Amino acid sequence: MITLAKSSTEKDLLSHLSAEKTALEIKNLDLYYGDKQALFDVSMKIPKGKVTAFIGPSGCGKSTLLRCINRMNDLVDICRVDGNIALQGTNIYDKSVDVAALRRRVGMVFQRPNPFPKSIYENVVYGLRLQGIKDRRTLDEAAENSLRSAALWNEVKDRLHDNAFGLSGGQQQRLVIARAVAIDPEILLLDEPTSALDPISTLTIEELITELKEKFTVVIVTHNMQQAARVSDQTAFMYMGKLIEYSDTNTLFTTPTQKQTEDYITGRYG
Amino acid sequence: MGKWFKSGTPWIWMTGGAVSLSLIAVIGLFILIGWRGLSFFWPSTVYQFDMLDKQGQQYKVIGEIYDTESVLKDQLIAAGVTGLEDKEDTLQRYLIKIGNREYVDLDFQWVLETIIADKTIPKDVVVFERTKNGNFYGYIEGIQENGQAVTVEKSQFKDELQKRVERSLALKGKEEKLLSADIGHINFDLEKIRLKKRKLDMDGLLTAEKIQQLDKESELLRNEYLVLEEQLFTYRKQAQRDSVLVRDMSGRSVILPMSSVLDFYLPNDMAFFTKVKHWFHQVGKFISDDPREANTEGGVFPAIFGTVFMVMLMAVIVTPFGVVAAIYLHEYAGKNNITKFIRIAVINLAGVPSIVYGVFGLGFFVYIVGGSIDELLYPAALPAPTFGSPGVLWSALTLAILTLPVVIVSTEEGLSRIPSSLREGSLALGATKSETLWRIIVPMASPAIMTGLILAVARAAGEVAPLMLVGVVKMAPTLPVDGNFPFLHLERKFMHLGFHIYDVGFQSPNIEAARPLVYATSFLLVTVIIGLNLAAIAIRNNLREKYRALEH
Repeated sequence: MITLAKSSTEKDLLSHLSAEKTALEIKNLDLYYGDKQALFDVSMKIPKGKVTAFIGPSGCGKSTLLRCINRMNDLVDICRVDGNIALQGTNIYDKSVDVAALRRRVGMVFQRPNPFPKSIYENVVYGLRLQGIKDRRTLDEAAENSLRSAALWNEVKDRLHDNAFGLSGGQQQRLVIARAVAIDPEILLLDEPTSALDPISTLTIEELITELKEKFTVVIVTHNMQQAARVSDQTAFMYMGKLIEYSDTNTLFTTPTQKQTEDYITGRYG
Repeated sequence: MGKWFKSGTPWIWMTGGAVSLSLIAVIGLFILIGWRGLSFFWPSTVYQFDMLDKQGQQYKVIGEIYDTESVLKDQLIAAGVTGLEDKEDTLQRYLIKIGNREYVDLDFQWVLETIIADKTIPKDVVVFERTKNGNFYGYIEGIQENGQAVTVEKSQFKDELQKRVERSLALKGKEEKLLSADIGHINFDLEKIRLKKRKLDMDGLLTAEKIQQLDKESELLRNEYLVLEEQLFTYRKQAQRDSVLVRDMSGRSVILPMSSVLDFYLPNDMAFFTKVKHWFHQVGKFISDDPREANTEGGVFPAIFGTVFMVMLMAVIVTPFGVVAAIYLHEYAGKNNITKFIRIAVINLAGVPSIVYGVFGLGFFVYIVGGSIDELLYPAALPAPTFGSPGVLWSALTLAILTLPVVIVSTEEGLSRIPSSLREGSLALGATKSETLWRIIVPMASPAIMTGLILAVARAAGEVAPLMLVGVVKMAPTLPVDGNFPFLHLERKFMHLGFHIYDVGFQSPNIEAARPLVYATSFLLVTVIIGLNLAAIAIRNNLREKYRALEH
């Protein structure tokens, strides 16, 4: 029972996170697709400057939860959200919130690399151009910095103006990360960023994630438990739209408190 | 047999057969109109026929064999032709183009082979192309200057004539330029002054001072005109200097004034390469000249220009309109039954007969919109309509409506083919929906928009029926683009290749003369449409390469 006690203190740590250490606070979040409820009363605090992973079997709602954080679910007509998500104290579901501005603060990288049909350079500065930045030097600098922080600079510096489709899948995914990083968000959401990539590209991206947390709060959805164990500081296990367990990654994988978590991480289902 | 059926082989044969059949139909049509149209420009041999009339009298006919057909002897006998009893069962009948329209009853004659006693190919027979009355066939007898014969060696006739024809053509060119550019300009300005005066009068601002000033201006222009007119008469007089004396088939000597001769050639004295050169020259003239003699002679340049201009104007109108409509339908409109209904209605618009659009264009654009524009902006010109009568703008607008469904449907298809991941990628970077649309979605849908445009152009360029109501004419005196400000005259009527085909083929006073022109014009129209489409396809492929979609 000692282990249980230890884990509960970890859990307490997460739930009693002080305001300045919290990047994001989700409170009593319910989400419905039409009549079907997809998330049930999810509450959690995501700490600043850490990597938080959401794991769980397919259809458990982990991607849905992630997409709530930058209101990507707004694109789905039948989607309805109750509860709130506080980003530095402001509920992002408040009517007064500018969704585009929110998405500039909460960047997102998707499952499949989705570069725009433009040059590598134009892909990276897309977000900056949207903000009306035209100064060539600012853009060049931002492009270089972002590509460096996405560990792509050395590979593409000589062909910045080639079409982005010429890159390999892994490079494209890093380009997409660079694109998200370029607008300097507070939080970076990664929705199964390596599921479409080969093992070597996956490794590169995982290393990259560890570097990214120096500057950003990272939230990653993955169906790969080893990956969650490798890259994340905290892990949340979700099942059937409910947040089952949320704690320090080590604790969750070594001494889960819930039976469902244990079943999942030992491979009994999922 | 059952196995053969199961293997799918008959299916392959059937589908392949359908493709071949379509190909044969298209290529066959193209070859037919191409051959019939283009062979018209080939300098065909001119024969001299010795014929016997019913009384047994011999007479001569010079002309080209235009058409040949076989007829049954019995049929001819039944029709009252005598003297055929000892002939074969089927006989040849020739259609001979003898030209010289003002001297003979019929310039195309059907002749039965039995009355042709002899057929020769005289080397020195000359074909004259003239401004009036079509071709003249005959022999050169001499060249005259101011009514006096010029002493030239017979062998030098051709070169001497060539020189003088060129001189006359140069004068004609000058005359043309003077008429259309300089004098046309003065007329344009005079009309402007008249309208200004009228406008002032209507506004009650026409003071004696203003009248004096305007009169002075028009007086100046009139004086300028008189000088130009003098010049024009000089050119005309100079052009009257030369003439050529020719002998026609009946041995009569005829004087052809050089000013009526546009070109001449000796078809029987041409080597193959000279004929090829001549053919290209004739095709060039067909493409670049104005029509003559109720469109049965000359070129079709204004019709080509009108077709291309109108189609491009239509494309410029329909593209933004259709694209914007498609974007609304696909991106903004709620996904409900009303949207579905609207979409079906739009698609069905493509099935409305084009003449209905023509009637609508006439009623709405020409009379209501055009009439209102006239009342508001051109009241001085009334009752003569400016925009209130059919014109190229209204034609382009009518065809734009006609082709709108095509553009909307293919744009929507293009929009729906863009992976949603790109949309999300852009939104996730803080772009608003409209920023995403204009920066990512619409550029990526541009190949599909071009496809819509290609289909629209193909449909519009071939459409004639609605145009007859909203702007096309048999003969437009001026092009919709000229040197007078504002250079584009969208209210003007225009000529169109499609209508030209109809007009030449079915409204022409001289059917036989017009027939090859129908083929040539059809061929040209098809070529123009193909050209426009190829240009659009080239642009599309370029865009496709640029926005190579995510092929995951």
